[in-house]
Amino acid sequence: MDVLWAEGGPLTAREVGRLIADRDLAPTTVMTVLDRLTRKGFLTRVRDGRAWRYEPAASRDAYIAELMLEALDMTGDRSAALTRFAQAVSGTEADVLRKALTELEEE
Amino acid sequence: MIAAVALAALAAVCAVSAWRMTSVRWTWRAPRAAIALWQALGLTWGLASVGALLAYALEPWGRGVIHGLVYLVTHWREPSGLQRVGALAAGLALLTVLMAVVVVAMAQTLQARRRHRLLLSLVARDEPAVPGVRVVDHPGAAAYCVPGLKSQVVISEGTLSLLSRDELAAVLAHEDAHARERHDLVLLPFAALRWVLPWSKVVRDAHASVALLVEMAADDHARLRVPPKRLATALLRFGTAGAFATPHGALGMGAENVMARVNRLVKPGPAMRRRYRYGIVAGAALLTTSAPLLWFLPQ
Repeated sequence: MDVLWAEGGPLTAREVGRLIADRDLAPTTVMTVLDRLTRKGFLTRVRDGRAWRYEPAASRDAYIAELMLEALDMTGDRSAALTRFAQAVSGTEADVLRKALTELEEE
Repeated sequence: MIAAVALAALAAVCAVSAWRMTSVRWTWRAPRAAIALWQALGLTWGLASVGALLAYALEPWGRGVIHGLVYLVTHWREPSGLQRVGALAAGLALLTVLMAVVVVAMAQTLQARRRHRLLLSLVARDEPAVPGVRVVDHPGAAAYCVPGLKSQVVISEGTLSLLSRDELAAVLAHEDAHARERHDLVLLPFAALRWVLPWSKVVRDAHASVALLVEMAADDHARLRVPPKRLATALLRFGTAGAFATPHGALGMGAENVMARVNRLVKPGPAMRRRYRYGIVAGAALLTTSAPLLWFLPQ
């Protein structure tokens, strides 16, 4: 995925394999991974001659944003999927906490 | 008639106790015992409500709820009288709804987690400074646990820069407690009930109370390993890091809850006597067994 995000254009499995040459992966392994990611909807692919060209379906930032929305419990469904450390609060409520923090640090 | 009346009374006692439990403060002095009591109340309320309806419906046969149901299925006879048939239908419907809600909530939760894990495997990275923890490159402050057979603790880049080393250790100890004690499983049925009855104040308050108790239990776990003051400052820093606009209609309880947890950490009151704590847990166990036993009562 990182390779495809870095490249910014559709790549074939062979090109992906060459770009991660340091890991010495078999071409079939690369193809399997790309195929699986495509089936899960993370990649889109188009025919190019006899090969497929793969492209990320969404940007890395979009996925990070999705993770963080869930992490900060902003999706609104209040499910028990994650357990969070604490929630940020807003406005005047935050002032109460800021004051308490200053007091604690001065002790 | 005794079983039906006893079960109805038990359901009412559970409902009233749950309502009282949402406003008392002694629970904060023994969060673990209080969580056990909450679970017992929830389970018993469900079993007693269903049991009361079924016990009334099956009462003429004098076999109790369990054997009455077996008799009903094997002989395929329906109870006489419109009222009893109605009670039977209502009881079975309630049982189905309660079980279906928990199953659906569980399925949805598992699906959300699977997707979350998949995304993490794509975009999160490892950080040498905090081994075993996944880091997401985002400036916001987030620290959480994706529970499961192999629970994953995740923090954001923003958390790394927000907290000192000691505070980060405190947060990780807190999350580790969530992961180890599977607090998500405690919360699941309450979250599920809240999802079907979003307008019910008692259900909403119950969910909020249990959620806060779970956090306090994790705080208690963390304070055994890190200085409580560091956990308290980490909590406050997190709370004030609200660079995000909170969505509309969101949590007014936020600051109050954070302050309650901070005060517990900084100025711990006298711990509840062991005798009382064990008493609560024993009471919870007794409560849990009472409803199933009444299901067998023949009269």
